[in-house]
Amino acid sequence: MPLLIAEQLTVLRGDRALLRDFDLQLAPGELLHLRGANGVGKTSLLETLAGLRRAGGGRLRWASDDALPHWLGHRNGLNLQLSAVENLRFWCGINGVPAAGIDAALARMKLPPRARLRSCRLLSAGQKRRTALARLLLQPRAVWLLDEPLDGLDVDGLALFAELVGEHLQAGGAVLMTSHQPLPAPLFASERLL
Amino acid sequence: MNWTWFHRLASPPSFFRFAERFAPWFGGLGLLLLLVAWYGGLVLAPADYQQKDAFRIIYVHVPAAAVSLSLYIAMAVCGAITLIWRMKLAECVLVAIAPVGASFTALALLTGMLWGKPMWGAYWVWDARLTAELVLLFLYLGVVGLNGAFDDPRTAARACGLLAIVGAVNVPIVHYSVVWWNSLHQGSTILKFGKPNISASMAWPLYAGLLGTYLWCGYAVLRRAQNELLLRERGTRWVREMGTELAGTADVC
Amino acid sequence: MSALVALFARELKLAARARTEWLMPPLFFVIVVTLFGFGVRPNDPQLAAFAPAILWVGALLAALLSLERLYRSDQEDGTLEQLLVSPTSLTFAVFIKSLAHWLLSGLPLVLLAAPLAAMLGFPSALLTPLVVGLALGTPCLSFIGGFVAALTVGLPRGGALLPVLVLPLIVPVVIFGAGAVRASGQGLDASAPLYFLAAILMFTLTVLPWLAAAALRNAFE
Repeated sequence: MPLLIAEQLTVLRGDRALLRDFDLQLAPGELLHLRGANGVGKTSLLETLAGLRRAGGGRLRWASDDALPHWLGHRNGLNLQLSAVENLRFWCGINGVPAAGIDAALARMKLPPRARLRSCRLLSAGQKRRTALARLLLQPRAVWLLDEPLDGLDVDGLALFAELVGEHLQAGGAVLMTSHQPLPAPLFASERLL
Repeated sequence: MNWTWFHRLASPPSFFRFAERFAPWFGGLGLLLLLVAWYGGLVLAPADYQQKDAFRIIYVHVPAAAVSLSLYIAMAVCGAITLIWRMKLAECVLVAIAPVGASFTALALLTGMLWGKPMWGAYWVWDARLTAELVLLFLYLGVVGLNGAFDDPRTAARACGLLAIVGAVNVPIVHYSVVWWNSLHQGSTILKFGKPNISASMAWPLYAGLLGTYLWCGYAVLRRAQNELLLRERGTRWVREMGTELAGTADVC
Repeated sequence: MSALVALFARELKLAARARTEWLMPPLFFVIVVTLFGFGVRPNDPQLAAFAPAILWVGALLAALLSLERLYRSDQEDGTLEQLLVSPTSLTFAVFIKSLAHWLLSGLPLVLLAAPLAAMLGFPSALLTPLVVGLALGTPCLSFIGGFVAALTVGLPRGGALLPVLVLPLIVPVVIFGAGAVRASGQGLDASAPLYFLAAILMFTLTVLPWLAAAALRNAFE
């Protein structure tokens, strides 16, 4: 049973249809790497799948009706005035999950304890990215939709990312991501060219 | 009920053809009626025993005011269609209505003020109807401004639709609040015209003017909507085909 | 429930971090009223007659100051996107944010109204309709303004557009609010306009968060 099926999806950007009759299936344990030139519609496709953008046609089916994907776009979803911990606590409240896992998630992403309490404005781009990735650990959601998640991550961060994704796939999740750089080492992705 | 005519009209090319065929009739008949109405109102109708010739401004003022309200309602209806069915045609009509409505609102205000000078002794009186008309003008200008601020025309039209709907709810509230507000007024009493039995020779030019103005508005909105539609659909096949067709006839000439 | 707490806590925390932003509206209100005082001759009794209008317009303009920022940073940093993929409804989030806006920038204005009215030589017998009217009218502004802020959220010139779009929509609020004071000044019953204000408030509370959420979704596309 696939986690996500898109049938004959039309992806719109403004008035233009970027993709027509696009079919996609995400099976448990699958890592799909979307590739294609700039402007071909990778981000718009992910946004459409995440439900942020209205599809111009076609159908989207999730494994269960109340399934929500994890979404990480160019923007981290972190308020710059608040610290990493405060931001994550907010998202825990919004998503209705206990805030107890925040420290463990941030430790997992190797964000130094002092940086966790500093306002996000003072964090480096890589540290903000790590905080945003830590949000994915707070709540299990089967499908991860990641748009250029490797941006700003250093070598260590890339290894961490590979580890997280590996575990998520092992646990029966699926990841659909874009990246202009090759995926970090142990990850093996099927590729889809747009 | 058979809705095929509606779906057919809602598709851009057939609307365009519809507008192309009927707009000249709207425009021509409207202009004709307006000329007749103005002749009847400005020349044939007798002067009012109380207001003398000043009353003749109603032949412009009343139709403009009526149209300004009707167009706002039409705009809000288009807004609702835009938001619920995401119909591109409704977006175009909405965007087409806003400047036309704003112009007629401004005309109604201007003529109202000109009428106010001989009647009330001042260009501006905080009368309920005049004030509500002014708020209506602001609402129209808000829609025009909002539409201009967006890059993407569809996003713009939907935002304008939301604003038009809220504005349409606001208009009656404004109207009643202003009426109530005036009822508190104790100082100078506003000269009330009352409703004298308007004689037939005065009335028919008014009705002709009303109809003419509505037709003229229909013409303006249809033409603007056509332009808007062409602009948005410029990449599609039907527009290109029409373009080559027109180019072909031009060559023959 | 946890979403309610999270949204409120976040707004309050942000307000505490950027204190100048939230102290600006009350200060602006005080300055506007003071300038009116300087604009006429000292102790002009006419000022009292215009006090309801001055206080109402000052309060509404002051509350308008902070509206533009209501959704701007949330849109820029991606918080809105994350809200859209969360189980919390956007309408609810919009409602809480508008409510927080009122608590932080509307309520202080209501509280300031009485001392400022005294400065204008306003008869203290009329304070009740003034303050009750402001208490009913300023949340209307927060919700109407929140809707317009959502409409203009992604726009580069949204800041200039916002007051133009908000002001015609709050005309009835000003009329009934200031009218309630005048009515009771004339010895009439002020409850009718206050009920009207309450009706407008109920309407804005129920309908506008929903429309604002639609506007935010639209801005994303």
